[in-house]
Amino acid sequence: MAKITLSNLRHSYLPNPSGPADYALKEIDLDWRDGGAYALLGPSGCGKSTLLNIISGLLNPSEGRILFDDKDVTDLPPDQRNIAQVFQFPVIYDTMTVRQNLAFPLQNRGVNQSKIAERVAEIAAMLEVEEMLDTRAAHLSPDNKQKISMGRGLVRDDVNVVMFDEPLTVIDPHLKWKLRSKLKELHQRVKATMIYVTHDQTEALTFADQVVVMQEGEIVQIGTPVELFERPQHTFVGHFIGSPGMNILPATVENGAAMFHGNAVALEGNVTGSGGTTELGIRPEFIKLSDAGIPARVRKVSDVGRHAVVETIVGDIPVKAVVDSASVEQGEEVHLTFEPAQTRLYRDGWIATEVAQ
Amino acid sequence: MKTENQKAWFFVLPVLILVAFNALVPIMTVVNYSVQETFGNNVFFWQGLDWFEQILRSDRFHAALGRQFLFTFLILIIEIPLGIIVALSMPRKGFWVPVCLVTMALPMLIPWNVVGSMWNIFTLPNIGLLGYFMNDVLGINYDMTQQPLSAWITIIVMDVWHWTSLVVLLSYAGLVSIPDAYYQAAKIDGASPWKVFRYIQLPKMKTVLTIAILLRFMDSFNIYTEPFVLTGGGPGNSTTLLSIDLVKIALGQFDLGPAAAMSLIYFAITLLVSWLFYTLMTKDDAK
Repeated sequence: MAKITLSNLRHSYLPNPSGPADYALKEIDLDWRDGGAYALLGPSGCGKSTLLNIISGLLNPSEGRILFDDKDVTDLPPDQRNIAQVFQFPVIYDTMTVRQNLAFPLQNRGVNQSKIAERVAEIAAMLEVEEMLDTRAAHLSPDNKQKISMGRGLVRDDVNVVMFDEPLTVIDPHLKWKLRSKLKELHQRVKATMIYVTHDQTEALTFADQVVVMQEGEIVQIGTPVELFERPQHTFVGHFIGSPGMNILPATVENGAAMFHGNAVALEGNVTGSGGTTELGIRPEFIKLSDAGIPARVRKVSDVGRHAVVETIVGDIPVKAVVDSASVEQGEEVHLTFEPAQTRLYRDGWIATEVAQ
Repeated sequence: MKTENQKAWFFVLPVLILVAFNALVPIMTVVNYSVQETFGNNVFFWQGLDWFEQILRSDRFHAALGRQFLFTFLILIIEIPLGIIVALSMPRKGFWVPVCLVTMALPMLIPWNVVGSMWNIFTLPNIGLLGYFMNDVLGINYDMTQQPLSAWITIIVMDVWHWTSLVVLLSYAGLVSIPDAYYQAAKIDGASPWKVFRYIQLPKMKTVLTIAILLRFMDSFNIYTEPFVLTGGGPGNSTTLLSIDLVKIALGQFDLGPAAAMSLIYFAITLLVSWLFYTLMTKDDAK
C-alpha cells in the first residue's frame, strides 16, 4: 500500500508532439492518498485509460515522474511495481482451475506453497468463490471470471494499488450492482488504494470517496461526489454529472450582475474576473416553477418516478427543471425561479463566482 | 401430437444426387472392384475378401505403410513447432505484416507438380544449384537420385518448404486474436515468457493448431505428386509412399482388385487417425 504521486505527467502517442493537441495527457499533477478509493471519470477518449496504464507501468510517460511513497518508479516494469489491474474484459488463464489462477501471481514470485494455499483460501472466501476453486476457469460466467481476475490482484498482500479499467462493461446489469458492492466491501477490508476507471457516473459516484473528472487529457475537477454535484468547477463537470445534467445558459454580466434572456439573475456570490464567454450554471433540481420569475413555455414533461423532469423553453433556450410532481402540461406558460445559492457563473467554462458566505 | 411429414426428403434430393455422382458412385465402384477379379471385357469373378487379406498380409504394403507413417510423423514434428516459432516471431502490426503474410503464402500458391519439378532441378547432383553446392563446394556426398537418405531428406525439406506456411498462417491468426489485456495481465502477474506461451498463447492457438495438424496429417498422408515428380518413389522403393505404391499397383500392374482393396484400407486408416486425433483434442473442451 502506498501513496501515489504523479508529477508533471504528460503523454503523447506521437513520437514528436508539437502542440497541446498532440498530447493524450496534458500536464497531470496529482496525489492519490494511501488507502483511498478513487474513481477516474470521463467520456471515452479523455485519457483515463492512458493514465491508468502509466500508473501500472504498461506505458511509459513522455514526460514527468511517478512516485510510490516518494520512491521513483517511472522506469520500473509492471511486475516490479506491485500493482494489480483488472481489465475491461475478464482476463483469466483458460486452461487453469480457479485455484491455479489465483495462485499464479504468487507462484511467479516464488512464494512458498503453504503461504500460497493460505492466501488463496483467504481470497476465495472474501470473493465467495470457494465452491468453484477446482473447476476450470474457462467454464465460469463473465461475472465470476471478473471476480477471479480481481482475486489475482488481491492475492498478493503487498499490492500498492489495485486498478480497475471499466471492469463492469461485460457484466449483466442485474449483477453489476452486486459486484460493485462487493468491490466497495473489498476496499474496506483490504484497505488498498483503489483506482476505478469508468465513464459511468453511477459507478464512479457509488464506488469512490474522491472522483477525478477528466476531459481531453486534463483533470477538470477532483472532489467528493457531493462536491462534484453541488459546485462543479467547470461546465463540463456540471453537464457530465447528474441526470439530467446542469443547465448551462448563455448570460451576460452587466455591472457585476448576471442577465439571462433579459432577466436579472441572482448569483451565489460576487463575480470574479472579466471578459470571455459567460454562462449561467444551475442544476435542474434547483429550478422552481412559480407564479413570478422568468417566463417560459413547457415543451415536454417526463415522469421518471420519484420526480418529473420538465423541459421548458425560454425564448429559444431550453431549460430543464426537476419538480416533485408533474403539475404542468405541455404548451403551458410558466415562470421559473432559480435558487440564488445554487446559481453560478462560468467564464470560458470555468467557475467565476465566489462561494456564498 | 407429432405430425409426420416426408416432404423434406424431396428437398434434399438434389444434394443426394450430387453427392451420389461425386462420392457414392466412385466409392462404390472401388468397393465393386475390391471384391472381384477382372480380366477385361467387363468379365468379373467374385473374390470375396481375398484381396483385402492379400494386401493386409503383404510385406510390400507393410513397408509402404511404414514409410508413409514415418514421412507424416517427420513432417508434422518439424512443421508444427517450426510454424509456431515463425508465427510467434512475426510482427503483429505495422508495415511488415502484409509483407510477411504474402511471403508466407507464396509457396502454397505453387502447383504441386511444379514444386516437385523445381526441387528436382534444384537438387540434381552437379547441375542443380543445391546439388552442385553440396557436392562440389562443401564436398558432401549428396545425391537424391542414388542415396535413400538424401532422397528422404529432400522430400522432407521440400514438404517443410511447401507447407510450413499453412501452420504459420493458422497459428498467426490464433495469435492476433489474443487481446492485449492478456499480455498486460501476464506482465502484472509477473509471468515469464515461457509461461505466457504455455498459459496464454498455446491455449488460444489450440483450435487453429488442431485444424493445422489435421490438415497437414491428411495432406501428407495422401501425398503423391511432389515425391512422385521428385524421386518417382526411388531410389529403389525407398521413397515409395502409400499413394505412389497404390498407383503402381493400379495403373502400372493393372491389378485393379488389390488396388481397390488397398484404397479402401488406406481410406479407412486416414479416417480413423483423423477421427481419433480430433476426438482426443476436443475432448477437453466438452468437460
